[in-house]
Amino acid sequence: MKKYFKDVSAIIWKDILSEFRTREMFSSMFLLAVLILIIFTFSIDLSKVKSLDVAPGILWVSFVFAGTIGLNRSFLNEQENDCLLGMMVTPMDRSAIYVGKMIGNFIFMTIMEIFLIPVFVVFFNLSFQYIIEICLITFMGTLGFVALGTLMSAMSASFKTREIMLPILLYPLIVPVVIASVKATGALLHGRSLESVMTWLKLLMVFDIIFLIASFIIFEYIIEE
Amino acid sequence: MENKWAIETENLKRSFGHIDALNGINLKVPYGDFLTIFGPNGAGKTTLIKILSNLIYPSSGKAIIHGDDLSKSGDAIRSKIGLISHNTFSYNNLTPYENLKFYGKLHGLPNLENRIEELLKEVDLFQRSQDPVRTFSRGMQQRLAIARAMLNNPSIIFLDEPYTGLDQHATKILTGILKKLHTTQNTIIMTTHNLKQGLEVSDEVIIMASGKIVFQKPALEIILDEFEQIYFDCVEKQK
Repeated sequence: MKKYFKDVSAIIWKDILSEFRTREMFSSMFLLAVLILIIFTFSIDLSKVKSLDVAPGILWVSFVFAGTIGLNRSFLNEQENDCLLGMMVTPMDRSAIYVGKMIGNFIFMTIMEIFLIPVFVVFFNLSFQYIIEICLITFMGTLGFVALGTLMSAMSASFKTREIMLPILLYPLIVPVVIASVKATGALLHGRSLESVMTWLKLLMVFDIIFLIASFIIFEYIIEE
Repeated sequence: MENKWAIETENLKRSFGHIDALNGINLKVPYGDFLTIFGPNGAGKTTLIKILSNLIYPSSGKAIIHGDDLSKSGDAIRSKIGLISHNTFSYNNLTPYENLKFYGKLHGLPNLENRIEELLKEVDLFQRSQDPVRTFSRGMQQRLAIARAMLNNPSIIFLDEPYTGLDQHATKILTGILKKLHTTQNTIIMTTHNLKQGLEVSDEVIIMASGKIVFQKPALEIILDEFEQIYFDCVEKQK
């Protein structure tokens, strides 16, 4: 078990170091997310529509689209010079590759979200009143997204049309997580309590657990084939 | 009684959809032998190396490495293997030191710093150990790949077309390293298209075509000029 955690941390260390050198993934994720917020802010007439009604959907659209860029890059780095095979030929449990990559993706996406949420609050003129509750929902929604997204990224990495394949594979399956996250975020922004969104939180939790366990089990078969 | 064979395969088959990449490979490689596999593109050489390296599973058949069944003791076998391919398995944004440290951690090796320094000196990359790999020439990247494959002191080394894309200087260095590795009792299996280089370093040669072994002989009994004709005859027969 100790070796397993060492393998996972080695993969996370390698991904963070590699990203720190180029900042390619983070900068493109953040830029796209901000652009989406700007486009929606200017395209919606806020005198006719309440910002609280549209803001949660826009926030999660920007998270999902920006997150997809990160997921696409995630296994692209492993395809370069066949590094994935390099890992697979070491005596490690191959599920550690999934866990390491998934945690790495989660860290990158969380950093992007930490920078994006204040921009979102300013653009839509919202209050920071429920920021802790919204962070909790963001955490759970992001976990479900990267749990499944990392698996789909590994699946689509070997396709020549990987940039197209990833959204096609991922978006239909991630719909329940996005809906639950949008609904829960919206309810909190409307001033409802955390107890009132428990149904959505439970749904998020169930999907997070399903995606994590299923991806953990399936991953080894996917990279071997 | 200890097993005489470092690698033993029994009717090894592998299909990709309706294509039979390997069609019943029976192979016995003694400990310390250097075996070179020749064959045209699509002969099944890389598929065989991938199965023996535990990267993919065979559709049927059996592979025994150092007395262990590959299907049951994958982790243990992988700790004894070094794989060098025409792809280097190196991360371009990391330095050689960081690349070796990463793979060393995955191998669970102790005293990594000393081992990395020793290997980088051996492949003549120590002076560039803190430069990103993306600034390296193809030959330098391949030398780093050799260092990576040697990290765990493997007793079995697989080389899948290691000479691809190398210039004369890098080719000479690689041949020198292979000869050195051969003297340290490692079992080596190499695939290549270069008949001269393959014959120069190996004890035994095999020609594969259409997923089968169609020729096998000790390298010492082969003359290069004749071997070229044998190679083309074997390949033509299988078409």
